Amino acid sequence: MVEKRGLLTFNSKPVIASTGVTMGPLEMKKSPFGKYADKGYDDERCGLKTNEQGHAKMMEDACMIALSKVDKTPSDADFVLMGDLVNEMTPSNFCASTIGIPFVGLFSACATSISSLLTAALLTEAGMSKLSLAGSSSQHNAIERQFRYPLQYGSQKAATAQWTASAAGVATVIPYIEGAPVITCGTIGIVQDMGLTDPLNMGAAMAPAAADTFKRHLEGHGTTLEDYDLVMTGDLGKIGFELFRTLLDQWEYNTGNTLRDAGAEFYGKHPEFLAGASGSGCSASAYLSEVYDKMLAGQLKRVLLIATGSLMSPLSYQQGDTIPCIAHAVEIQMK
Amino acid sequence: MNEKKYQQLEQQITPKPPYVKNCLTAFLTGGAICLVGQFVALFYITFFDFTERTASNPTVATMIFLAMLLTGFGYYKKIAQFGGAGSAVPITGFGNAVISSAIEHKSEGYVLGVGGNMFKLAGSVILFGVFSAFVVALIKAILVGLGVVSW
Amino acid sequence: MLSIYITSFIVGGLICVVGQLMMDVGKLTPAHTLCTLVVVGSILDGFGLYEPLIDFAGTGATIPITSFGNALTHGALAEAEKHGVVGVLTGMFEVTSSGISAAIVFGFIASLIFKSKGTI
Repeated sequence: MVEKRGLLTFNSKPVIASTGVTMGPLEMKKSPFGKYADKGYDDERCGLKTNEQGHAKMMEDACMIALSKVDKTPSDADFVLMGDLVNEMTPSNFCASTIGIPFVGLFSACATSISSLLTAALLTEAGMSKLSLAGSSSQHNAIERQFRYPLQYGSQKAATAQWTASAAGVATVIPYIEGAPVITCGTIGIVQDMGLTDPLNMGAAMAPAAADTFKRHLEGHGTTLEDYDLVMTGDLGKIGFELFRTLLDQWEYNTGNTLRDAGAEFYGKHPEFLAGASGSGCSASAYLSEVYDKMLAGQLKRVLLIATGSLMSPLSYQQGDTIPCIAHAVEIQMK
Repeated sequence: MNEKKYQQLEQQITPKPPYVKNCLTAFLTGGAICLVGQFVALFYITFFDFTERTASNPTVATMIFLAMLLTGFGYYKKIAQFGGAGSAVPITGFGNAVISSAIEHKSEGYVLGVGGNMFKLAGSVILFGVFSAFVVALIKAILVGLGVVSW
Repeated sequence: MLSIYITSFIVGGLICVVGQLMMDVGKLTPAHTLCTLVVVGSILDGFGLYEPLIDFAGTGATIPITSFGNALTHGALAEAEKHGVVGVLTGMFEVTSSGISAAIVFGFIASLIFKSKGTI
């Protein structure tokens, strides 16, 4: 029985007119996506007092860069949709306070990059937005101390551990124009919980959500894996990505070479990053830098982006609960 | 998707910790830290008026001072990634837990931040250490009182 | 003389191996592992076994976290010996461990001089 719920189709063809991507010092140095970033910083606090303030600044700069590329200012934007992983999404709130655009905060953990993009597309489709900003961000220090340990704490990380990336990615979404990648359709995820409890192996917890959304998107929108030049998940990491591939193989999809994972690739071959990157800024910055640039250059014509998020909290873990996860998908085409 | 089946798949694909290597590195790291402690104890015995038994107090304090330097300069976590329990089990690990929490929460001020969060990680060790000492001493005191054992 | 250095290294290393196995095989968190080891140290001192271990292995027994449990129990027992059961209740709170005091003092000093940095 094909699941028909959660499917979105954008008949008015909203487009991503521009993107803004900012990255922290480590990412600029060690990430293969670093060369696509619009702006890098010398320190993760961006010269400000606290990590959370630096986090907000990275997001703010990404917004301003995305707007400037289309010769617009914040007062031209109708809506900003964004979120992050910090409690109460404080950095996004302060960023919204600075840029002064009508703001809807969204939380889908690391899947916020796509949920914000889909929401912006919906507002544009409804004819209520001429220019919206959509994106998400993460900052290593702020998130590490909230979800795991103080930065200088000596814990031995397993091979499944992922490094939260300090990065922000923002897109401007406008009604259809020629020559820009079109947001054609999307799928809103259904929470998947396979009963896993290890927060240091999030990739394994998130893989079923990615697989479920992938399947629902293809079946619901009537496409096949061969239709896409690229299918890229957000931050499953090396182990989660292998599980994702295995699930797709079990469902008899011809996985081949079109599957990639932003998190697994984010820090290249550097082994000290273990299973790879995570964080809502990981998928946002990877999608809106390399993938977007390649679409503009005509190297990619039709892509499916599936960002994943683990919906646990430090409290739920301590209370012995499992890790529910979600994945949202968006399909982008370039003529 | 079947939960049980997925969990089995996950168990197959998720790499297991390298048990032997981890035990070896833990042994080497823990042993090395204790050996450094022995030299520190030697220093106190030689130059101050401490015996083998009483030297443990200043030795422990000195080791935690060293842990402070290693934590503050960012080296303790590198030792920990290598040594695992070899860095966590010695009291330097306890020191690292308290000190790293103190440094981390500086942004919330010294009273609410540092003071309020310093024992986030290490508090459980203090709790169980004190409480188990209480229980053990109580049981022994009662048994001595009943004449079952002697001090 | 030399032997204390060898026994210190070996005993300290072995206690850490026990901790590593508890974390890797037992899947305990570092916090659970350390709490267990502290309680073990307490119990061993209750049986009078920890002090001989210190004599044998020196810092190999006083540096691992098990010595916390030992130090606290030892102090409580000393009070109990003087004042009986009441001694445990009244004397218990006079006992602190040098490790805990040092961690508090140096923790605060560290927060004054060091800044948190996110390096790999």
